[in-house]
Amino acid sequence: MEIKTNLQKVLESGQFAVTAEIEPPKNADPKLIKEKARWLKGYVDAVNITDSPRATVKMSSLAGAVILQKENIEPVMHITCRDRNRIAIQSDLLGASALGVKNILCLTGDYVSLGDHPQAKPVFDLDSIQLISLAKNLSEGRFFNKKEVKGKHPYFFIGAVENPFADPLEFRPIRLAKKIKAGARFIQTQIVYNLERFEKFIRLCEDLGILEKVYILAGIAPPKSLKMLKYMKENKVPGIEVPDELIRRMESAKDEKEEGINIAVEIIERVKENPGVSGVHIMAIGWEFIVPEIVKRAKLYPRPKIC
Amino acid sequence: MIVIKRKPLEEILSYIEEHDKILVLGCQECPYGCATSGGDAVKRLAEEIKNKMRDLGKSIEILEKTLIRLCELRYVKGINDLIKEVKAVVTLSCGVGVNLIADIYSEIEVYPGMNTLFLGAELREGICIEKCRACGDCIVGYTAGLCPITRCPKNMLNGPCGGSKNGVCEVRKGLPCVWYQIIKRLKKRGKLEKLMEIWEAKDWRSLYGEGIRELREGLRVGNKN
Repeated sequence: MEIKTNLQKVLESGQFAVTAEIEPPKNADPKLIKEKARWLKGYVDAVNITDSPRATVKMSSLAGAVILQKENIEPVMHITCRDRNRIAIQSDLLGASALGVKNILCLTGDYVSLGDHPQAKPVFDLDSIQLISLAKNLSEGRFFNKKEVKGKHPYFFIGAVENPFADPLEFRPIRLAKKIKAGARFIQTQIVYNLERFEKFIRLCEDLGILEKVYILAGIAPPKSLKMLKYMKENKVPGIEVPDELIRRMESAKDEKEEGINIAVEIIERVKENPGVSGVHIMAIGWEFIVPEIVKRAKLYPRPKIC
Repeated sequence: MIVIKRKPLEEILSYIEEHDKILVLGCQECPYGCATSGGDAVKRLAEEIKNKMRDLGKSIEILEKTLIRLCELRYVKGINDLIKEVKAVVTLSCGVGVNLIADIYSEIEVYPGMNTLFLGAELREGICIEKCRACGDCIVGYTAGLCPITRCPKNMLNGPCGGSKNGVCEVRKGLPCVWYQIIKRLKKRGKLEKLMEIWEAKDWRSLYGEGIRELREGLRVGNKN
C-alpha cells in the first residue's frame, strides 16, 4: 500500500520543497549525523543521505537513514549501482523498507577509480535507469525477475538525479524522460551555478512535455570559499559547472562565507521562478549548519506542516 | 587482436631460477603477437635470461621454439618430443596459449612470459586500443557500432551519465564519452529515436557463464539455450 512520505506530500500539495544532504562519516560513529540532523530539523522536508560519494568509503546510507529517522528526520536514502548487483540492491531495498525508509534516490554512482579504493572491482550490473525500474517493480510487489514478492512488499517514493550541465544538452531531457518512464517521481539536479544553462535545460524539458510528470528539485550548494569554487571549477567534482563570473564575484567578495550565502539565496530565488521547478535540494557538505540561514533568507521558512 | 605485453624479466626469472634447462615458446599467429611474441621475441628473451644468469654466476640452457598458433591443439601437439627435454616452459603468447600448454603438458611447469591485456585494434605500431570485452552478446548494432560495455566505464546502457562533458568521460582526461559519440552518430543518421526506449538490464551470463564459456558446433556461447 502506498503510504505517502512527507516529501511526497509537500510536493503533491504544490508547495515549494526543501531538502538537504548529509554525507555519512568515514567511521562508525553516529554522533556527527545526529548533530547535523539537529541543525537541519524543522528547516527542510527531508534529508538525503549519500552512498559512499566519490567512490570513497563512508558509513552506509541505509544505516545513516535509520539514524536520521531516530532524530525524527525523514531520510532520502541514496542507492548506487557501483558496489552492488541486482541481488544486493533488492536485498538492501527490502531491508530499508523494513526499517521504515521510504524515499530513495537512484544513482549510477561515481566510478571507483575516483575514490579511495581504486583497486576495487566496479559492479555496475545495472545503470541508474534500470535501478529505477527495479525500485518501481519492488514497489509494485515484483522482484526484478518479475516474480511476485510474497507477503509485504516495499513502497518507495522514487527519486533520481539529472545533470543539466552534462552533455550532450539535447539528450539530457530525453534521458530524464526515460527516468520518468522507468518510475522516477522526483528529480534532484546537479548543483546549479550556471543559471542560463539550467534554464535552457528546463525549457527543453518543457518542450518535451515532461515537466508536469515529475517534481524537479534544483541542486543548490552555497560556496563556502573561493578555494572551494576553484576546486569544483577544475572539475575535481564530476559534473559541476562553475561560470567564470562566479569565480570573479567570489574573488572580489569581502566576506567569502557571506557572499556564498548570498549566492545560494539568489540562485534559489532565480530557479524558483522557473515553471516546473518544485523545490531545492541544498548540498552544503561540510557546512550543514548554514542551511537554516539560507532557508530563512530565501523565505522558505517555516516549512509546511503536513499530517 | 589479442593485445599482450611482455612481463618484466625479474618476474620471469623468479619462475625459472631453479631450472638449468627451459623452453621458451613463441606464438606466430596473432597479428600483434607477431611483433612481440614471435621468433624475435623468443630470441630476445632467451638472451636476456642467459645474460642475467651469467651475471649471477649461473648457467642455463634455453631451447627456443615458435609455433604457428599456441591456441590450437594441432600445433601445440607438435612439440611433444621437444617439451620432454625440459621441466619448465616460458610461453610468449596470450593467456590462451599458456593455459592450453599447461592443460596438455600437465607434468611440465608452464609459466607466462606475457600479460594478456585486452582485445584491441592497433592504430599505429605500438599503439593499441581496446575495442571489445567479448561479452558474448554484441549490441553495437543498436549503438552505431560503438560498444558501451567496452568503452563506458560504468557500462551505461541508457545514455550518458552526468559526468559526460564536452564529449569527454569524467573518469579520465582523454577518454571520449562513448555515449556522446553514439548520440552524435545516431542523430546524424536521423535514428536518435532508437535511444528513447529503455534498454533492459544486460544478461551477464553471456560474459561470465557458469565458469568457463564453451562453444560447440550448433550451440551458443555461454548459458543461453
